[in-house]
Amino acid sequence: MSAPGEDPRVYPDRRPLPEQPHWRQDFPTDVPEDDHVARREFVKFLVLTSGAFAAGQCWLALAGPAPARGPFPRTRVATAAELEERRAIEFRYPDEHEPCLALCLGPGRYVAYGQKCSHLACAVVPHLDRGELHCPCHNGSFEADNGRPVAGPPRRPLPLVHLEVTDGVVYATGFEPRTI
Amino acid sequence: MRPILTRRQKDTIFVGIFCVVALLVVLQLWLLTATMNAYLGGDRSVAWPAAAASAGCLAVNLWLLRRLVYLQGARD
Repeated sequence: MSAPGEDPRVYPDRRPLPEQPHWRQDFPTDVPEDDHVARREFVKFLVLTSGAFAAGQCWLALAGPAPARGPFPRTRVATAAELEERRAIEFRYPDEHEPCLALCLGPGRYVAYGQKCSHLACAVVPHLDRGELHCPCHNGSFEADNGRPVAGPPRRPLPLVHLEVTDGVVYATGFEPRTI
Repeated sequence: MRPILTRRQKDTIFVGIFCVVALLVVLQLWLLTATMNAYLGGDRSVAWPAAAASAGCLAVNLWLLRRLVYLQGARD
């Protein structure tokens, strides 16, 4: 902090204040330098944000690997005849908290997916006439063939449930969350 | 000894530093989004490489901020 009357500034032409033009004596606040300070504060804020992002990344890394899920139980879903008649059947797999959908896409073509939308976990609804699964919350859509997102906010496909058909009965045998 | 720079030169350097910092922050945002997407999809193999990359960006940003403070202390 400078004493009253003392001019701590060095002007561009390096002459003291009394030798500066009148306009500078009348308005000694240096606006560009003032801007410099404001912009520097903004860069500090950006670097703080950068630190928050790095901390978030480290938190994700430290959260550790996904808990091993499996071995998965072999659970009866429905008979093949039932599935072909109703075309979509809800079931829960691998536990009671995971709603899933088994779909019949044609004779002998069965697929099953987790029913929670990969966006915000709303339940998807089958629209098999259009070949898609629709999420009514944010108008997301997934292909019925492979569970991949085709419209709306979801970016990840629905989890895949592995099916097995034995003696006319459809069984769920595995649950696979997917990234792409 | 601090460099003698004109205000215009300082301004140009400042804008350059600002652009790099902003670009790195956007890159970090993208990294976090992509990692979170992979994490929620059950793929956690990218978490450590992404964390290392993000920490690298932070280190560069801190260094640039230090240079910026130094620059602003330099004589006109």
